[in-house]
Amino acid sequence: MHHLQYTSATGAFSSAWLLIAIPAVSALILLLAGRRGDRWGHLLGVAAPLASFVLGAISFFALLGKSGDQREVHQHLFSWVPVAGFRVDAGLLFDPLSACFVLLITGVGSLIHIYSIGYMAHDEGRRRFFGYFNLFVASMLLLVLADNYLALYVGWEGVGVASYLLIGFWYGRPSAATAAKKAFVVNRVGDVGLSIAIMLMFVQLGTVSFQGVFNNAHTLGSGTLVALTLLLLLGACGKSGQFPLQTWLPDAMEGPTPVSALIHAATMVTAGVYLIARSNPLFDLTHTGQTFVCAVGAITLMIGCIVGCAKDDIKRVLAYSTVSQIGYMFLAVGLGGEAYAFGILHLLTHGFFKAALFLSAGSVMHGMNDQVDIRRFGALRKYMPVTWAVFGVGYLAIIGFPGLSGFFSKDKIIEAAFNRPGWTGWLFGAVALLGAGLTAFYMTRLYLLTFHGEKRWTDDVHPHESPSVMTWPMILLAIGSAGAGAYLLYGAKITDFLAPVVGGAKPEERLAPAAVTGLTLILVLAGIGVAWALFARGPQPTTEPRARSPFVIAARNNLYADAFNEAVLMRPGIWLTRALVYLDGKGIDGLVNGLAAGVGGGSGRLRRLQTGFVRSYALTMLGGSLAVLAALLIVRIS
Amino acid sequence: MSFPSLPVLTALPAAGALVVAFLPKTATKAAKGISLLVSLLVLAGSIELAIRWDTHGSRFQFVSSYKWIPQFGVRFDFGLDGIALVMLVLIGLLTPLVILAGWNDVERATGDRSVKGYFALILALLCCMVGVFAATDTFLFYVFFEAMLVPMYFLIGSYGGPRRQYAAVKFFLYSLVGGLFMLAALIALYVYGRQHYGGHGTFAFAKLAALHLDPATQKWLFLGFFIAFAIKAPLFPFHTWLPDAGGEAPIGAAVLLVGVLDKVGTYGFLRFCLPFFPDASRWFAPVVIVLSVVGIFYGSLLAIGQRDLKRFVSYTSVAHFGFIALGIFAFTSQGGSGAVFYMVNHGLSTGALFLVVGFLVARRGSSDIADFGGVGRLIPWVSGAFLLAGLSALALPGMSTFISEFLVLLGTFSANKPAGAIATVGIILAAIYVLVVYQRTMQGKLGPTLSEETKYQDMNLREAAVVGPLIALILVFGVYPKPVLDIINPAVKATLHDVGKHDPPPVHAPAPANAQGDNR
Repeated sequence: MHHLQYTSATGAFSSAWLLIAIPAVSALILLLAGRRGDRWGHLLGVAAPLASFVLGAISFFALLGKSGDQREVHQHLFSWVPVAGFRVDAGLLFDPLSACFVLLITGVGSLIHIYSIGYMAHDEGRRRFFGYFNLFVASMLLLVLADNYLALYVGWEGVGVASYLLIGFWYGRPSAATAAKKAFVVNRVGDVGLSIAIMLMFVQLGTVSFQGVFNNAHTLGSGTLVALTLLLLLGACGKSGQFPLQTWLPDAMEGPTPVSALIHAATMVTAGVYLIARSNPLFDLTHTGQTFVCAVGAITLMIGCIVGCAKDDIKRVLAYSTVSQIGYMFLAVGLGGEAYAFGILHLLTHGFFKAALFLSAGSVMHGMNDQVDIRRFGALRKYMPVTWAVFGVGYLAIIGFPGLSGFFSKDKIIEAAFNRPGWTGWLFGAVALLGAGLTAFYMTRLYLLTFHGEKRWTDDVHPHESPSVMTWPMILLAIGSAGAGAYLLYGAKITDFLAPVVGGAKPEERLAPAAVTGLTLILVLAGIGVAWALFARGPQPTTEPRARSPFVIAARNNLYADAFNEAVLMRPGIWLTRALVYLDGKGIDGLVNGLAAGVGGGSGRLRRLQTGFVRSYALTMLGGSLAVLAALLIVRIS
Repeated sequence: MSFPSLPVLTALPAAGALVVAFLPKTATKAAKGISLLVSLLVLAGSIELAIRWDTHGSRFQFVSSYKWIPQFGVRFDFGLDGIALVMLVLIGLLTPLVILAGWNDVERATGDRSVKGYFALILALLCCMVGVFAATDTFLFYVFFEAMLVPMYFLIGSYGGPRRQYAAVKFFLYSLVGGLFMLAALIALYVYGRQHYGGHGTFAFAKLAALHLDPATQKWLFLGFFIAFAIKAPLFPFHTWLPDAGGEAPIGAAVLLVGVLDKVGTYGFLRFCLPFFPDASRWFAPVVIVLSVVGIFYGSLLAIGQRDLKRFVSYTSVAHFGFIALGIFAFTSQGGSGAVFYMVNHGLSTGALFLVVGFLVARRGSSDIADFGGVGRLIPWVSGAFLLAGLSALALPGMSTFISEFLVLLGTFSANKPAGAIATVGIILAAIYVLVVYQRTMQGKLGPTLSEETKYQDMNLREAAVVGPLIALILVFGVYPKPVLDIINPAVKATLHDVGKHDPPPVHAPAPANAQGDNR
């Protein structure tokens, strides 16, 4: 049993709280400054995550300077919620796992902030945008740096609010407002799981700190462990858009595209993966819990692939691919052992290539009057060469083209899935393998319809390349998309780096790695080939062709997940509310008024009586009550 | 005996009310000024008491006692425990804000009615509110408990909305009926007390709490107190007066009604029901817990279905009072402290929510949700304040309301897993009711009765001064609630000791204390 021992924070680490405080204060200034801040708001908004990035990098290198068993650096801040046996202290934990996230959030975050200067240049709400964006960065950093579940929950909900505010950024659009509300409410369903999990930890172990819970996890009964892990999984599913709570994420694309890139692709939606990886001492103790995590991941990655094939909205395709890629990450962290590190590796590479894809999609929209229908694109390669190149690198990375980052991270997950003992290993492995082929298909489709073939846009659109404040961050992300996988896996040896936190047990190999890689490549090539045959040649329709197969219709309707929610949850909820509103007026209140009518001679008469005599009526009541009071006193006491 | 802070704090607003009432009718400026001054003095006094409070001191502090009706052993006994202290500070804080909020709006709402009368009534109410929390003589408490109704009755009945008279009478009748139940039980308690202690008997809290009544008697007397407090709180199914009263009351009165007056009910559970009738409290607890959980869902669903902003806020409070009662009757430290902290936070949060609704009504001339829509772009600051107040109502982590709601749920869960788990599901409904109303009023396209030309003044300085402090406190206590919890915890501990309950220990005792941080 791995025993968690903290090193106390000194030197560079003692300022860890500044990582969170800087963007938080910046957000406060931006939101309170009002119109006065419009001129400099975006500069402050970019400076804050950059400052956190520099601080985070300093702490990261300081961490590398420590030996492996001293890398769990802890900073105690203050006593937060002390009530009898429940004592939660505010504290920060900077360890290899949180370090990875800090660099991802502030690094990719800073690039997307810079890009937003250009993307939001013509929006009068740009200062407000950066305020929300900084609020997000602060909350996300709190989420990954907290040393206990309750503080994690604060960050968890903070990112939820930032996400709500940013999805609904253009709140004048009813669809944006509805999508924002949906995201928050669906997330709350997950929060119920997280809340009860935290309560269960306290009831069982008397603590909610990571150290206290993990070091005593082995004393928990197996039923409790299953319950605890499933509750945490529910929370993770909400935040990460996993089955059965995946429906909010595609709708979240109503927000500005940089939001989709940073929050709904690269960072926030991976918080569920973080939660499970962080809670690895709990999940490692229950095979059942882990199987559920794998199953959720496998189901979701298929859902994402299938629906992704059927969508024509560039951002929605990317959203479903996010759903699907996070499914891979869930599968990985559900497998346990060394696969935790593979899940985190895929999370980091995905952070790069998905951000690159979204930002280039945003660049396309920027040059196309906010058009999102890929059937109205085509031939953009000539008009937006930088965007095309960046998207191309991101595309090759996500499908796992050899040498690019997705190749290393996804391949490892597929291998690990096959290595899971029992028949589930074959199943999860096969699903992951099939998913790789489907990913290649729908991403190739997206790429071809957007950048190749004939132009299909209307004459009033004049596609043009985006300004350099947008293209430079894109180029940097493309470099990350290309190289991060190989570097992290072989250069930085991320599996060894993360091993002190998540462990690194290697399971017995069932299939040779080369065989898995070969199979994956064959399927990927097949996916590309089919997409090429369908979408590269000949003119493409500018509207969605009529679908005949029920499979396609189902995929276009998000596999009926929204219809299911509406029929099973929303409609009955509305009916229940209406019925209760009616009954509250007629039932309980009617009963009371009727009673009053019986006793006091009818509320109608009461109303007549009062008219004009409010004061005297009240005084009569007071007098009467005093008389009753006096009578009671005399009768009872004498 | 030291300086009689509490009698002075109680008497000061009464004197102020008299002065304001006898001002000439045209002297509205003076009426407002005097009222604000008096309320600020009470605020200063309550803060001074909070600073002087000794967290390790005795249960009741700042005690003073005077003779009143020696024949019945009734005395002017004043004193505060931690629970009453935080409520006193809340009252001190809310009253000046309410006075400030009504500064210009009252004139518009009153029509031909006297402006100074409104402020005199607020001060009279302030006197009763301070008195009801500062009294340690149970009879004195009862007097304030009933007297409180009168100024509130007039505030609703004279200064309220179109159905004000119906609402006022309903409020009065409900409360009075509850109060009579309590009076009967109180007198019985007095009789038992006199049999036990002899002489003229007593109404002193400590002595009545020390009576050990047999369980059967406790049950009857518990019911008397409980009904009074359950109506006041209001607990489902005694809640139907609140939406009418809250919907018709002028905003300032609504803030005090829901923010403070209703808390007397939950305060009464803790202060009187539990210590006086420990066996009965334990016996009835399952019933109260079921009512509370039902109330959480019932209040939330009805809040979703409301068409009027003020009624909406009232129904959210029905749900919140479900949480508070749940925490109290869970009989755990976390539940109890959470409930008391919830009482404070609910005052801040619902206060802010009602006040912002007041800003909206002042601009639009209507509290009908359908009269709004897309208003956020016309008045972004008011809209932002509305959202923050709404987020605090849904107990967003990071805000003080989260700490209290989580403590309540945690305390309930540790004593009663099903109740705790089911109540937790209520947090989804809270998100729905807040965001649905926010969307309907602030987001989306402009409402059909509004046009692009509609111009409203955004939040002015006075309004910022009214909601700013509330929102700031909600955020500050979300990050650093310890000072408040340190005051509340000992009082809750004492109450749980009265009721004979101990926290369940963790199922698996953790390994020997492994202090966080420095291990090497």
